[in-house]
Amino acid sequence: MSRRRVVVTGLGATTPIGGDVTTSWSALLAGTSGVRSLTEEWAQTLPVHFAARVAVEPAEQMERVELRRLDRSEQFALVASREAWKDAGSPDVDKERLGVVIASGIGGVTTLLDQYDILREKGARLVSPHTVPMLMPNGPAANVGLELQARAGVHTPVSACASGAEAIGYALEMIRNDRADIVVSGGVEAAIHAMPMSGFAAMKALSTRNDEPQRASRPYDLNRDGFVLGEGGGILVLEEYEHAVARGAKIYCEIAGQGLTSDGYHIAAPDPDGAGVQRAVKFALRDSGLTTKDIVHLNAHATSTPAGDVAEANALRAALGTDADHVAVSATKSMTGHLLGGAGAIESVFIVKTLQDRLAPPTINIDDLDPAVTVDVVRDKPRALPTGDIAALNDSFGFGGHNVVLVFKSI
Amino acid sequence: MALAPADVLAGLKEIVEEVAGIPAASIELDKNFTDDLEVDSLSMVEVVVAAEERFGVKIPDEAVTDLATVGDAVNFIVNAAK
Repeated sequence: MSRRRVVVTGLGATTPIGGDVTTSWSALLAGTSGVRSLTEEWAQTLPVHFAARVAVEPAEQMERVELRRLDRSEQFALVASREAWKDAGSPDVDKERLGVVIASGIGGVTTLLDQYDILREKGARLVSPHTVPMLMPNGPAANVGLELQARAGVHTPVSACASGAEAIGYALEMIRNDRADIVVSGGVEAAIHAMPMSGFAAMKALSTRNDEPQRASRPYDLNRDGFVLGEGGGILVLEEYEHAVARGAKIYCEIAGQGLTSDGYHIAAPDPDGAGVQRAVKFALRDSGLTTKDIVHLNAHATSTPAGDVAEANALRAALGTDADHVAVSATKSMTGHLLGGAGAIESVFIVKTLQDRLAPPTINIDDLDPAVTVDVVRDKPRALPTGDIAALNDSFGFGGHNVVLVFKSI
Repeated sequence: MALAPADVLAGLKEIVEEVAGIPAASIELDKNFTDDLEVDSLSMVEVVVAAEERFGVKIPDEAVTDLATVGDAVNFIVNAAK
């Protein structure tokens, strides 16, 4: 039996630059930053007081009673999944052939911390009975699974900032392995809170450009000084090709393969040789039956940290060789900030739109391109991609040394 | 401190509306929390804790299982406050 092919039939997103896919995509092409100063009192006491909050609050997209039982990460998951499911045509599918794989890097951390405050200030009796279902990292996947009554399996891979991409890869395998015909997949994050921000700041991972928040996320710029924390999520409906054709679904593109490796190098720092990234690219191409010649676009991990961006660019140059010359590289975190476990997911949504419109989104805020960056970066405005069969990569890396590369191709 | 049943009912209506999103107008004494108002076991804990705070009574966990209807809860709270 030939391998089951997997296609994308639905998209959903709630991001710092838009409350849905269409709005986010237009803002991305226009080079809009979603980064803002935080007005909350607690933020003023931190070394970093800006972040990229979602453009549209879940309170405007959901019922009040629903909101109070869901962690913010779960709210993002439901908002984006509802959009994606509708976009897929709300398919009438056997529930035992329907799966959900939605990741988060940190889970319901704001719930955990808020309830801990209640515990200390008011006592155990006042801790919400919804606390555990709200803080568990599988909560976003579980709530979406419940809403769709998915019974083929509901899963949550956790690999820090690679989680969202890993979830999509897991969903791909579920369909290939004939466990499911449709899988709702992606990643979410809601960690804009004093505690995680203090932790990231203590690692010196965050930009401290407090006077110019919208210019703080500047991947590949010589004066980048760290990432900007973002929130939100992205969802892709993956579907077995024949299943999608049989129901007359709109097919965006094919998800052709994935490559997964680990560095075994350091808990947080990237391997400067990027050997793990190179192997992940190689595995992903082999898995998709493509070669470096087929790749025309990469939505890079590029978080705007001094070490990470160059290590990634070097690894890509090494993995793609001279074929890197025809790969248009976009670092969309320059506009959305870094959504941690949601990053690989919204960036996959952007890749699907890129293939559909044949337009690679820009990277903003590069005043002086770091000469150490040896890839072809799309700067300031979108770039048209070639006609014919094209393919694109998404790479995502996480603290712990996790490397994930996904391959999408036009259909 | 004695509580008037009507006041307890009014207070419970507000709590259930807040916790479960059921319009206060549709909450009556004979409504069953689980079957009629869709207050699940987790939300029932919220209702109980909110009612304790509001009416200054203790509602032990053993008693909660017997509170099937809104009327049961009103009676329990009125008696507990006597």
